Formats: sequence, C-alpha cells, structure tokens
Amino acid sequence: MSHYIHDDKVKELEELANKIRQSLIEELVEAKSGHTAGPLDMADIFTALYFHILNHDPKNPFWPDRDRLILSNGHICPIRYATMAHAGYFPLEELKTLRKFGTRLQGHPERERLPGIETTSGPLGSGLGQAAGIAYGARMDNKKFRVYCAMSDAEHQAGNLWESAMFAGNNKLSNLTGIIDRNNIQINGMTENVMPLEPLKAKYEAFNWHVLEVDGHNIEEFVDAVEEAKAIYEKPTVIIAHTIAGKGVSEIEYDFNWHGKPPKPVEGTKFLNELRTLGGKIKSEHE
Amino acid sequence: MLNHEAYLIEDLLKPDKAPTRDGYGKGLVALGEKDDRVVVLCADLAESTRSHWFKEKFPERYIELGVAEQNMATIAAGLANYGKIPFISSYAVFSPGRNNEQIRTTISLNNLPVKIAGAHAGISVGPDGATHQALEDIALMRVQPNMTVIVPCDDVETQKATIASVDQCSGPVYIRFGREKSPVFTTEETPFEIGKAITLRIGKDITIVGCGMLLYNALVAAEELSKEGIEATVINSHTVKPLDITTILNSVKETNAVVTVEEHQVNGGLGSAVSEMLAQHFPAPMEFIGVHDRFGESGEPDELIEHFRMGVKDIKAAVLRIMKRKL
Repeated sequence: MSHYIHDDKVKELEELANKIRQSLIEELVEAKSGHTAGPLDMADIFTALYFHILNHDPKNPFWPDRDRLILSNGHICPIRYATMAHAGYFPLEELKTLRKFGTRLQGHPERERLPGIETTSGPLGSGLGQAAGIAYGARMDNKKFRVYCAMSDAEHQAGNLWESAMFAGNNKLSNLTGIIDRNNIQINGMTENVMPLEPLKAKYEAFNWHVLEVDGHNIEEFVDAVEEAKAIYEKPTVIIAHTIAGKGVSEIEYDFNWHGKPPKPVEGTKFLNELRTLGGKIKSEHE
Repeated sequence: MLNHEAYLIEDLLKPDKAPTRDGYGKGLVALGEKDDRVVVLCADLAESTRSHWFKEKFPERYIELGVAEQNMATIAAGLANYGKIPFISSYAVFSPGRNNEQIRTTISLNNLPVKIAGAHAGISVGPDGATHQALEDIALMRVQPNMTVIVPCDDVETQKATIASVDQCSGPVYIRFGREKSPVFTTEETPFEIGKAITLRIGKDITIVGCGMLLYNALVAAEELSKEGIEATVINSHTVKPLDITTILNSVKETNAVVTVEEHQVNGGLGSAVSEMLAQHFPAPMEFIGVHDRFGESGEPDELIEHFRMGVKDIKAAVLRIMKRKL
C-alpha cells in the first residue's frame, strides 16, 4: 500500500486515464495524422502527473513557482494536449484542432503557441538538457519547484541526451526527475533490434543518477517512485517506466507499426468502444 | 573622406592591435556587474573565448559544460527558459556549427534570449587549419528566424556588441569574433546600435559594405584608392541580420556599385544578404570579397588573408573591376 496516494484516488485516476485515452483517439482520428502508440502508453503517467503530482495551476500557466514538465519526445504531444485539456488548460473542444492550420496544438509542441507547454520539442534527445538547464537555474535562485522530463526510450540513442545526463549527474541536480517511456518500440522496429539500449539502468547509474523502475501503468507505483525521487538529495533520479506500447487498445498494443500513424475513423470507433467498455467488461452507453 | 561622426581613431594607419575576443571577455564582465541574470557557459574553451575573465569575477555564474556543444545549447535554452540570460562560448565551428539543430529548435524556435558567441571565426584563425576556421557560421545563423547576427569589427566594437546583445535585444543573438590581434580603429565614441550600420567613410564612386576585422583592410584600400581619384563609401554593417537596408540602399543609389567584404564564404554571408536586398530594391553591379566555396588551410593569418584574396590589394582590385562595369 502506498503512503503517498490513497486507493480511492488511484481508482479515480485510472478512470480518468481511460477518459483521456478516449479523447486521444478522437483527437487523432480528427487530425488524420500523428502518433498513437506512445501517447496511449503514457496516458496513465500523464494523468498521474497532471492530476496528482505536479504543483501547477491551469488558469495561471506562467506561475513562476510551478513545477515544470518538459516533454522531450515531442511527437507524443497528443497525450499531453488531451491531459491538459482535461486539467482545464483549454477547452476539450480545441483538441479537434490538432495539427490543423492555425492551431495552438501543433504537430510537435511549440512553447510560444500554447501556454503551459514549457518547451518546443520534437527533435529527439534535447529535452533533458533544457530540463537540466531549468533545474540548474532554479537551484541558483533557491527555487523549490521541481523539474520533470518525460523522454522516450529510443531517444536514448541520441548523443545530446547523454551529454545532458552527464551534466545533471555531475551537478547533482536532485530537483530534476527523468521519466522514460520504456515501451521498447521505435519507428524501425524494436529498440533492442534497432540499437540496443540495455543495460539502461546501469548506464544511468554510471552517469551518477538514482534509478527506479516501475510498471508505467501502475499509478500507485509511479507516484511512489516520484516521491522517492524527491527524497534523494545528492543525485537526479530517473524513473524507467515499463510500458506497453499502445496500452489500452488491444489491436495497437506491442505493435511498432502504430508508432507514427493515427487510427482511421472506423478503427477509431472500434477503439473507443473497447475503451468505453473496458475491453467488453461493461456495456457501452453508445455503441 | 572619413566620416567624423564615426569617431574613428586619429591616425588610421597606426592603430593599436587587440583580439576581438578580448572585447567579448570585457563585455561579459561589464554585463555581469550590472545584471545578475547573466550567466556564462563554456565548452572547455574558457581561456580562448575569454569567458574565463567572467569566471574569475563571478564563479557562481559560470557553468562548465566540457566538450559538449550540443548540450551547451540545450542547457542554455533551459536556463533562459527559467529566466537567466546565458552566453554560450565556443569556437564558431562547434557553436553554431556542431550544435546547429539544437540552436534552431531549443533557442530560435523557442525564442529565448540565449547569446551565442562564436570565437575563432574566419580564415585568420591561421595555423589550426580548415577544421577550426569557421567560414559558414554567418550563413547558418542568418537563416534562422528570431536570430540576430552581429559581426563586430574590432575589440572595442565587440565589447559594445556583447553588452548590446542584452541591452538592445530580448531574443537570441549570434556574435562572431576572431582569434588574432587585429587593428582597433573604432573608439568608445563610435556609435553602436544593433541593426544600424555605421558609415565609416563617405565617397561618391563606390560603396564598400563590410563586417568584422576585414573592414580595416577596406578602409585602408579606400584611403589608397582616394589617391588614385576614386572615392569610396565604407559601411560597417556589423549587424548582418537584420540588415540596415536604409543606410546601404541610400549609399548604393548614389554610387551605383558595391563591393562586400567579409571573412566568410561568399555564399550565404553578408555579401549574400546585401545582394538579396539590392536585387529587390536597387540592382547594382557587385563584387564579393570573401572565401569562394573553398575550405581554409594552415598558415599565418596575414598569409591566408592574402592567399584567399581578402587583402587590401584584392579589395582595391575588386573596386577597379567594378568601376569598369559601372561605365
């Protein structure tokens, strides 16, 4: 049992994550392009972040003392957008503008277009450096907010990321927590076939990080890990969240072909039905 | 004749010499004293870039990156995102060379006030050879939206440019400077405003637009040409972007001929910027002094400037060629 989150709250967040997944599928069907697998598998973690962990104010996105959530692998932004909309940063209706001309919800997120997005991202491997820069600056001024950096697993193939890991470890940026979506897939296939990442934990430890591994779909475990990270004073912490690519939609799960394509309308209807009925366990209100 | 409003040194032919990078170091210290948001990052080149002068004065605001220019750009973007004003210092071949995409995405597209100092730019780096002679950095920076590009001409102007990059500009800035000692021909009184070119010399026959250390050669060439009856206007276009269209255009409308002078590839640098502008507003015959689609090589700075045809005699020859085209 967790000391940091009540069972009822976990249940509430799980239900919310399911609703956010539904918004995500609707958003992607409407956009007709975008990524599906990564955003689906990070739904539980983004829900936990925005509805339990982050110290933030959706009505005041530039509040100086807010916790910062940096999304390094910008291509999974549809899950961030969906979660932010549910959290009250902007109307749910706006999700339909994803990737369309004039939208604030760019195909890859842009700092200057949407308040609360914190950094522009997409090109991989550059989020951790920005997160470390924010954490370093905050520590210079004795600011107490925390910096979180969500990363993909495959972007750990990029050199820039390890330069940043070295910097954060060397500077003991304990106000920085990395979160890795360890879903084992990338565009060209399985990460361990394309360019192996393991032993990922040992690599981070060698760079002077505290490393935790969790089930990325177990909200309680994730919350506990985040709390443990807050208690580590001499090192930054990275949470390797083992996720199932495409989690929540059986047809997408484990399939790297869903990395970079959206559901077609007919698939969307099917996937939404699966999510609404919790995989057929309950009767759907609207077939 | 020299423009007295440019307040150049009294005897143009007897300048003191100092490296432009010294101006960067002095500018950083001056900024550090008046603005505690200023932090300086360096990728293992503290002495060469003169960022160690800041480090000695403000060790708590100096951040060492090691040999990691890509990371330096992203860390700086994070610091600026938080509220600091970071300067990132390295050789221009590495920053903005190696880390170009990080600058594009995390600094320019984010539109954050990171100031990028590219040291050891140009062929005059000398013995280090082609790998370390940045000849394409102006082009790399000029094509990024939100980015301001400044190429100061001497030690004094580099110091002003460094300070102005914070005082006069809220966005990202690239400042380029060299390694070698070069003539100091401007003074404290010489005006400096980002985006405002300075007319150093006024003449009716030809407009020479330059930036960086080679402007001294351009001035010497103009003085020598004067004895041969050709009067040149010499414009210090220290800000390559945004280009001061008005100053350059007004002069070219009078002279109807242009020579651009820069220690950079002629593709994509100041010459390109001037020709793009003139093609649109007032097409005029042009000659380009710079490096013509080649890499550099080892040698003494003066020797290389001569070899790559950027010396006083080459500028004069370009002027004479264009005077013929004009007729």
